[in-house]
Amino acid sequence: MAGLMAGFGHYTHAVVRGIPASLAKEALRTSQAEVDLTRARTEHEAYVEVLRTRLGLEVVELPADESLPDCVFVEDAAVVCGETALITRPGAESRRRETEVMKEALKDLNLNIVEMTDENATLDGGDVLFTGREFFVGLSKRTNQRGAEILADAFKDYAVSTVPVLEGLHLKSFCSMGGPGLIIIGSSEPAQKALKVGSCLFYNVGLDTIYNNIPSFEHAIHHYSVFEKLKDHMLIPVSNMEKVKVDGALTCCSVLISKNPNI
Amino acid sequence: MTTEAGSETEVKEKAEESAAQPDQSETAKEESQEIANVEGEEKEKGKEKEKEGKEGKGITRYLPTWFKKQKSQSQTSPTKEVPATEEPVNKGVEGEEEPAPEVNGHAEEVEEKEEVKSEEVKEATQPESNSNVSADTEPLAKEEKVEDTTSKSPEKTKETADGEGAEEEEKKKEPEGHVEAETDGGESQTSIFQSPLRLVRKNKMKVVVCHVTVLDGTDFTCEVEQKRAKGQYLFFKVCEHLNLLEKDYFGLMYKDNHDEKCWLDPTKEIKRQIRSNNWQFAFGVKFYPPDPSQLTEDITRYLLCLQLREDVASGRLPCSFVTHALLGSYTLQAELGDHEPDQPRPLDFISQLTFAPNQNKEMEEKILELHKSHRGMTPAQADLQFLENAKKLSMYGVDLHHAKDSEAVDIMLGVCANGLLVYKDRLRINRFAWPKILKISYKRNNFYIKIRPGETEQFESTVGFKLQNHRSAKRLWKVCVENHSFFRLNAPEPPTKARFLTLGSKFRYSGRTQAQTRLASSLIDRPAPSFERTSSKRISRSLDGAPVISITEAGSETAENGRDHRLELHSDSKAEEVDLSPADVEAIPSQQQSPGRAEPASSQDLNKTQDEVLKHQASISQLKRSFMEAPPPSPPQPNQWEKRLTSSPATIRVQQQQVSLEDEIASVLLGRRTAAEFYSAGAPPLCSVPEPPLDAAVTTCSAAAAPTAVCSSSLSHPVSALSATEVSVPQTEAASADNTSSETKEPAKPPVVKTEMVTISDTFAAQKTEIATKEVPIVHTETKTITYEAAQLDGNGDGEPGVLMTAQTITSESLCTTTTTHITKTLKGGLSETRIEKRIVITGDCDIDHDQALAQAIKEAKEQHPDMSVTRVVVHKETELAEEED
Repeated sequence: MAGLMAGFGHYTHAVVRGIPASLAKEALRTSQAEVDLTRARTEHEAYVEVLRTRLGLEVVELPADESLPDCVFVEDAAVVCGETALITRPGAESRRRETEVMKEALKDLNLNIVEMTDENATLDGGDVLFTGREFFVGLSKRTNQRGAEILADAFKDYAVSTVPVLEGLHLKSFCSMGGPGLIIIGSSEPAQKALKVGSCLFYNVGLDTIYNNIPSFEHAIHHYSVFEKLKDHMLIPVSNMEKVKVDGALTCCSVLISKNPNI
Repeated sequence: MTTEAGSETEVKEKAEESAAQPDQSETAKEESQEIANVEGEEKEKGKEKEKEGKEGKGITRYLPTWFKKQKSQSQTSPTKEVPATEEPVNKGVEGEEEPAPEVNGHAEEVEEKEEVKSEEVKEATQPESNSNVSADTEPLAKEEKVEDTTSKSPEKTKETADGEGAEEEEKKKEPEGHVEAETDGGESQTSIFQSPLRLVRKNKMKVVVCHVTVLDGTDFTCEVEQKRAKGQYLFFKVCEHLNLLEKDYFGLMYKDNHDEKCWLDPTKEIKRQIRSNNWQFAFGVKFYPPDPSQLTEDITRYLLCLQLREDVASGRLPCSFVTHALLGSYTLQAELGDHEPDQPRPLDFISQLTFAPNQNKEMEEKILELHKSHRGMTPAQADLQFLENAKKLSMYGVDLHHAKDSEAVDIMLGVCANGLLVYKDRLRINRFAWPKILKISYKRNNFYIKIRPGETEQFESTVGFKLQNHRSAKRLWKVCVENHSFFRLNAPEPPTKARFLTLGSKFRYSGRTQAQTRLASSLIDRPAPSFERTSSKRISRSLDGAPVISITEAGSETAENGRDHRLELHSDSKAEEVDLSPADVEAIPSQQQSPGRAEPASSQDLNKTQDEVLKHQASISQLKRSFMEAPPPSPPQPNQWEKRLTSSPATIRVQQQQVSLEDEIASVLLGRRTAAEFYSAGAPPLCSVPEPPLDAAVTTCSAAAAPTAVCSSSLSHPVSALSATEVSVPQTEAASADNTSSETKEPAKPPVVKTEMVTISDTFAAQKTEIATKEVPIVHTETKTITYEAAQLDGNGDGEPGVLMTAQTITSESLCTTTTTHITKTLKGGLSETRIEKRIVITGDCDIDHDQALAQAIKEAKEQHPDMSVTRVVVHKETELAEEED
């Protein structure tokens, strides 16, 4: 059945994008770290390999674009849920064009495309957390209220709530889904601070929250598909050290899609 | 609920009957429906017999002997046709009462026949408690009356009733009322059946034709006795017409004078509810079952589908494009069957069907495409799939109400099976699950919920919302009461008894809860009724005529939802008749026996002024009466709470306070069962008055520190009635206080909620609370709150011990705070006085800075109850617990 509600954590496709050489120098970042481009690319390849072989996803690889240094972080360009894809309007001006290729790719996958055209709206996919039952949208430097409203319009089937992200980059810099009904929140101080309200909200909707003690957890998040896809919730360690330097977490590097074969 | 059961059993049988009646009547009706299904001839015969039996038993109780005779005569008359519904009643009646022998004979016969017809159904009902049986009496009574009326005018019956003793009168009256209402039903029924009865009747009763728009868009008309027909009569007729047994999920809507949709209260006369002469109703889903697959019958699911299709098409239930397409495709499959490749339908045929508010070609193509994939699915399966998808939508079954938050920002409040949702613009900004809500109430145009403290919060908070007006606040409140009862309780709460002065609404959900209806429908045993699915060419009949409120497209929506003009109730703004009219009030004492009046106070809405005066007087007299009659108040809810309560250290002090009854406060306590969960870890700040403002606590605070300080602030403003009172008894553990310094505050809490409430409409607020709390030097806390309804007390006398309303103890390692609230009500020559005191005792170690503690206590009390002034501060220095004396 083509359940409306895409099952949580069950995906068939992933969209990723290569790392442009410009990442090292030009990608937006909050720290001053040096990025080793070669290592970053190696890590990325390993990551894609995991998606492809270990998780069995059909991976769509988009070519890198040198004029878009951050383009590897495809997550921000689109939000896909069920058969609907919302093409976002990234908060960073320099990243707006990342959506173009993404849109075409998602169209090719026969998704129902919704575009965010409002000039006043911004939304980064990294601020969108889907729990399986509802969306949480982080209101951050990159995402505003209007963006959240448009997302709510695009995914009318679900309730959409906003969560203030007081510091840091994205909502998903601090938390991620650890499985159905389970949100993992970083236990670091910035994470706690940033999600002070959020954890309350999560609790309110009956989501369990656990705090992960890994230092700098926010950068070590393993994609929830990894948790979910494998029955025993095996963690697949994937190194992401280089991209972290430009604020890229693992979830940023792919857009996961659940296509129903029946339709 | 266990509590209910307990209370019912304790109460007199009559009381039980009354409480149970609504439910029972429903069950009875179900039975009757089944019976109805049986062949007409059998029915008629059975009915006649039944009627006879019923009349004899049910009415005999209430009627004088001469009257009975008449009845029997009427029974004998062959012409009568009795509605099927009455049958079940007979059994119940028999069990409880002993009718005259003749009557009995009839009744038995009837019963036997009935049993044959609907054996299983009856069985189902039988297992249920006595209360059910008693409930059955209602329907019987109705039938009986019908007959009576046929033979004699209803007026006579009244007279007879009047003749009887005063108390009995009241009791009788209610049942009679039902009966009379039924007569209407009887007439209508007869008219439907075209029975000869009509000829016999020379009506003094006016009959009116009700138009009910049912879910497939067709109109069902039904005659009803104009003055006395109750909501449930009409509702049952509609269900019968629809062949619907699982009817508890449904209801009838009408439009009030203000063009807002309201649910017809089954227990009240129709005429008094609609207030205009427009007898237009719409049948629709009132409680959306969270899991439609658990419904027993396909026909029920079908009706639910019809409702949802309309919800979807009108935009009331927003969905994404993909979902629209999917739901549409199931609709096609259910209504048209398999896609026929051989004879493709013209493409535009689908555009004549309404699937979505903004339907376009693309969507229609998608619908058709998906439809092809459903090949082989039966209509019932397609309906089920439709429901399985629809139920997951976030707005499924959410009843939206416009409101404003504390900052006057427009929001929407959504009531559903799971609780209360708060939306702003298109976003959900908060969610309060029922278990999190301790209490709901409304006052004027404010609606309040009291929230159980969350993980990170230390004490309960109250969230207030502003509705457009008093009416809408009340409507929201009622919807909440009903949804909570239906989805969360095992059995409906009995209406509050008029034990002591209460002005608040006594409205309670009177139907069956979901648990009960599931049980009942599990016993349904009939071949699946065949029914015809109509096409989706639903020309938007609006169920409610109310503007479609969709979060996503707020403003533009009105155009989309089709309004059924038939439904429009032209309100010739008749002044609303307040239920609390003197007559009703009189009836109140007997209310225990008559469930029909479950909601006497609920409509105290609009007109205060003269009505108000009447009410006051009425309520006072009523109060007196109840005082006189009431046996030492058996606590309303004899449950565990009570027991615990007895151990509560309540000291009672009485201070006089002038109170005029003015505002109404209606509140309901929620989550009683979960009491154990109360405050598992809440640590209220020192001396804080634990009572949420919701309770309308105006406080006289007397604070006593080790040096005991009593600061009593007396309020001179009008106190409105507390409809629901809470007693919280804290059980203190670990009071480590050796050195006992006690600080006592005694807030008097008149139920006036004048205070601007703390409004927390988003999570930020919770945070604030938390922060505030941090300043309080609390180390460790254990708090338990016990809630129960206090009843009682004597009407005269000053200085009478008050009713213990709430008691709460909060302990910490270094501090022990005990808060006790007493409410004392007294009657003095028509004036009622309410005195509410709160006392907080703080016991602590020597380390405590008493001065500071006192200061803080006073400060907090003031903050919490700005309305009150501190009139007195008494400080005792003691080394023992200070016992305060006034």
